[in-house]
Amino acid sequence: MKKIIFVFSALFLLAHAGQAQKFFTRDAKIKFSSETPMEKIEGLNKSGTCVLDAATGKMEWKVLIKGFLFEKALMQEHFNENYLESSVYPNAQYKGQITNLNEVKFNQDGKYNVKTSGKLTIHGVERDVNMEGTLKVSNGNLEVLSNFVIKPEDYKITIPSLVKDNIAKEIKVVVSAVLAPLKS
Amino acid sequence: MKRILTLALAILFCSQWLSAQDDLLSMLGEEKTTDYVTASFKTDRIINGHSIENTAPGVLDFKISHRFGPVRQSVYDFFGLDGATIRIGFDYGITNRLMVGIGRNSNEKIFDGFLKYRILRQSTGKRNMPVSLSYLIDGQIKTVKFSDSERDNKFSSRLFYTHQLLLARKFNNSLTLQLMPTLVHRNLVATPEDKNDVLAMGIGGRIKLTKRVAFNAEYYYVPDGQITTNFAQSLSVGVDIETGGHVFQLHFTNTNDMTYKGFITETQEDWFFKNDEDRLLSGIRFGFNISRVFTVKKPKGLE
Repeated sequence: MKKIIFVFSALFLLAHAGQAQKFFTRDAKIKFSSETPMEKIEGLNKSGTCVLDAATGKMEWKVLIKGFLFEKALMQEHFNENYLESSVYPNAQYKGQITNLNEVKFNQDGKYNVKTSGKLTIHGVERDVNMEGTLKVSNGNLEVLSNFVIKPEDYKITIPSLVKDNIAKEIKVVVSAVLAPLKS
Repeated sequence: MKRILTLALAILFCSQWLSAQDDLLSMLGEEKTTDYVTASFKTDRIINGHSIENTAPGVLDFKISHRFGPVRQSVYDFFGLDGATIRIGFDYGITNRLMVGIGRNSNEKIFDGFLKYRILRQSTGKRNMPVSLSYLIDGQIKTVKFSDSERDNKFSSRLFYTHQLLLARKFNNSLTLQLMPTLVHRNLVATPEDKNDVLAMGIGGRIKLTKRVAFNAEYYYVPDGQITTNFAQSLSVGVDIETGGHVFQLHFTNTNDMTYKGFITETQEDWFFKNDEDRLLSGIRFGFNISRVFTVKKPKGLE
């Protein structure tokens, strides 16, 4: 009887410990840039949210489209009104799974290349994607950095022929964040 | 006892395991933010008068506007296009709420200047506000030579003031409606029966047709008994076409004046009217506003 209680208690604690191994941020930086000979367009959002579960390797990212800032106010308005339609699709999100979880030691300082696969949703269009990045464990925090490219046409973002030379076919995105342990 | 304990622990354990399956982001809790309504109109004018929109802070909006002669003029006058009145103006956003502007009109050589302040912003979320409200004060100086130079002409006779409240609601992505109670003060009027303070009620709106094209309409109603001279209410309809940094506003209107005192109190011909010989004529004119924006001061927080 005592043994059973002990085993269950241990499992229970373990489960708890597992849950404590989550990391989060509310101020992830997401920057995108479209570069063409005609025009350079950059948007920056400094309040992306993310929760990463170290035990399972699951991660979720979410960013408010209206939170992207541009140098030109009119670009920002057009980005929301005409391209991303933020009043209909307010967020972009990524739900992913780290596929090389066994190579990452969350309790040990170090830098790891991380591979993920998951679903990226932009403009209401969900797509299966594989994304890579680096994860640096330092002082119990996770520093995440990822570069990737998205194509507007993949997410049904239509670009009128009048400005097709001003907007790149491939948009570069940089995500950087420092994830702190999440105490639940 | 043993069984109950096992069961209880099993349930506890299961519930733990189950909660781990939930959305990860929901663990952060919902952060409530205020979502301000944007892009109620394509630009800060509906047609002749102001819309609820402000020029963004640090942005300079260069505007060129033309109003032509009546379309009823024959092909000889190219349907009115030979005779244009012109306004050249600059609008500038100082803060999120405050903007200013100046302009020069060819008609009566009027200089105008205005100050527009956003009092309420339509929003949802943490702060719920059903409408947007702005206050506009606009001054006009008529610099054309006095018609009677023998008379004792005072400088103050050249001045006109307009106070206006803009009350707008964006009902959905397409439809925005706006009410504009307006007071036009004229220091000098034509007859003693003409009121110095003219009250008017404007109603305007837009319907977005595509992402880049919108249909606009604007009507100013001036109640009877304030103006004795030949007078018509101003009605304008048009389209806004937006192309990158430009907004083209093309419209039909019955006024050739782009100042508040002009189009509200001095419009002369209705869209359709009968002349002294009982012939049906039309006062419709073609006009356009072109707006081009320049970012003068870059916004903060981009690093």
